[in-house]
Amino acid sequence: MTAPVEFAPWADPDAEPLIRFQGVTKRFGTFTAIDDIDLDIYPREFFALLGPSGCGKTTLMRMLAGFETPSEGRIRLDGKDIAAVPPNKRATNMMFQSYALFPHLSVADNIAFGLRRDKLPKDAIRARTDEMLALVQLGPFAARKPHQISGGQRQRVALARALAKAPKLLLLDEPLGALDRKLREETQFELMDIQEKTGTTFVIVTHDQEEAMTVASRVAVMDHGKLIQVATPDSIYETPNSTYVADFIGDVNIIQGAVTPEDGDRYSIHWAEGEAPITATCADKLEIGTRVFFAIRPEKVAISTERPVDRGNAVRGRVLDIAYLGNISTYHVELPTGHVIKAQTANTRRIARRDYTWEDQLWLSWTDTAGVVLTR
Amino acid sequence: MDIRRIALILVPYLWLLALFLVPFLIVLKIALSDTALAIPPYTPTLDFGAGWAGLKAFFADLDIENFAFLTTDDLYWRAYLSSVKIAAISTLLTLIVGYPFAYAMARADETWRPTLLMLVILPFWTSFLIRVYSWMGILSQEGYLNQLLLWTGLISEPLTILNTNWAVYIGIVYTYLPFMVLPIYATLERMDVSLLEAAEDLGCSKISAFWLITVPLSKAGIIAGSFLVFIPTIGEFVIPSLLGGSRTLMIGKVLWEEFFSNRDWPVASAVAVILLLILVIPIILFQRNEQKQREAEG
Repeated sequence: MTAPVEFAPWADPDAEPLIRFQGVTKRFGTFTAIDDIDLDIYPREFFALLGPSGCGKTTLMRMLAGFETPSEGRIRLDGKDIAAVPPNKRATNMMFQSYALFPHLSVADNIAFGLRRDKLPKDAIRARTDEMLALVQLGPFAARKPHQISGGQRQRVALARALAKAPKLLLLDEPLGALDRKLREETQFELMDIQEKTGTTFVIVTHDQEEAMTVASRVAVMDHGKLIQVATPDSIYETPNSTYVADFIGDVNIIQGAVTPEDGDRYSIHWAEGEAPITATCADKLEIGTRVFFAIRPEKVAISTERPVDRGNAVRGRVLDIAYLGNISTYHVELPTGHVIKAQTANTRRIARRDYTWEDQLWLSWTDTAGVVLTR
Repeated sequence: MDIRRIALILVPYLWLLALFLVPFLIVLKIALSDTALAIPPYTPTLDFGAGWAGLKAFFADLDIENFAFLTTDDLYWRAYLSSVKIAAISTLLTLIVGYPFAYAMARADETWRPTLLMLVILPFWTSFLIRVYSWMGILSQEGYLNQLLLWTGLISEPLTILNTNWAVYIGIVYTYLPFMVLPIYATLERMDVSLLEAAEDLGCSKISAFWLITVPLSKAGIIAGSFLVFIPTIGEFVIPSLLGGSRTLMIGKVLWEEFFSNRDWPVASAVAVILLLILVIPIILFQRNEQKQREAEG
């Protein structure tokens, strides 16, 4: 039996990217929306562009669709420069944030719209439309108008319409933004399923980090028109390259300090007068005295009433606040130095039998490898 | 139903009763009367002093011979037909001129839209008659238009525009343009522009996206604007009588002549009643369009 081959074309130097951004800059007047971006996206990837609003992620997507042209640099699709190709001649299709369903056309006519523009024979259009309706399970609603179906169904019509022409690249602009949480989670899995079934390359724009983490094979975190980090969801979460990424994805405690190298890749971080330094590992070589940020996720900080003996780092503090989220609780613990550290535990016992409460003194602890050392 | 709601509904109904139904009944009554050399120039007149017998005699004197008369002279049905034709052509011309206006306004920068909207309405601030008279100055043989065309060398002889149907069309298109522009603008302005991007993304050129998306979505505005131009144009009197020639045949002019030149009030009233009946059809269609649009918006 062979192990399943991991899908990681970005790690393969021989892999041909489907999309290649080369030094792409986009300016609107004096405002730089995209600032000198290089990026490769590979066939069959589910690629997420993640960032706060105004970070340039939508502009990047609109350049792929052909609605914006780069001010500088080149965008290649399948090796060909697509700057001069208008949107209606590109092998890309887009699913709009507002869905942009044609209100005067039925669900089936919306899906068939792109096929009709290609002057396909009638029965071919019909067959493909039926196939798409089946894919998104909307067969019984084919004759309805967009205003006669629910928001979730409209979202699926928009997806089917964008997929109908079998594009090389499907662009999704905040596709699930208008759905409520439960439906959004279901639809995320449906999207992944459809992406796998059709083998289409998906590029999704979102500001929802959970969504990006769930669906994407790789995530690009953007800020102010620049790519901050491009990596798989787990490495974005576990090894962010900057405090910006660490802070943007999930919850994080950040402690500033100065490093002293120890043996191997271990460093001590002096973070407060009179407190024992934090021990952490870092793959990079750091000079003595370098200012660093130590970032650690709340769920990697353990809570105990006694000082643990088996963990490299332990600090004492007082419970300031408890956020009860049902399945987990987040404890905000204030250290004597004034730092507030968040620690998360799973609520495996009923709330009445909780071990810690407000004002309790307790120990926070973590291992040497639990956090990451960041220089920016 | 409580009394306040009844009172609320009653107000528009009383308004309609006093200002539409009562005048209509008066006109209908005159149409059923006979012409007479008297003041007012028709008989019978209702004499309440004669009591029940007088009322009976009054109704016995009413007949439909004026309506019968309208069918004997082909002037009338030709005037009706010609009015409908002129109204239809003018509506089409207004649509052709007005749609680009509405489109440009709806696609203009948002800060500009109130200004553009005001510019469309602005001509209404001056008297309609003055504006029609100034068109006479523009369109006449020695008018500004001919002077301009002669000066540019496009023509060597002045064009005869005034007192032709062309002048009537120009006058109507000019006067009724806002009624076409505003409803179309309202539908275009509401349209989500990402629909056009979606159409382009799915393989439409800009022109076919316009025909396949913009035009169908502004259909309600086109229909509303067309009726708003068509309905009043059928009975239009001032524009054809000032700008049109002796050969411009419109029912409004016929009506005016019957009333004031011939002093034949009964026949004139009959003409007016038939005109109203003709207008009922497009008015019902217009109402149905409005209702359908409201339903579509849900």
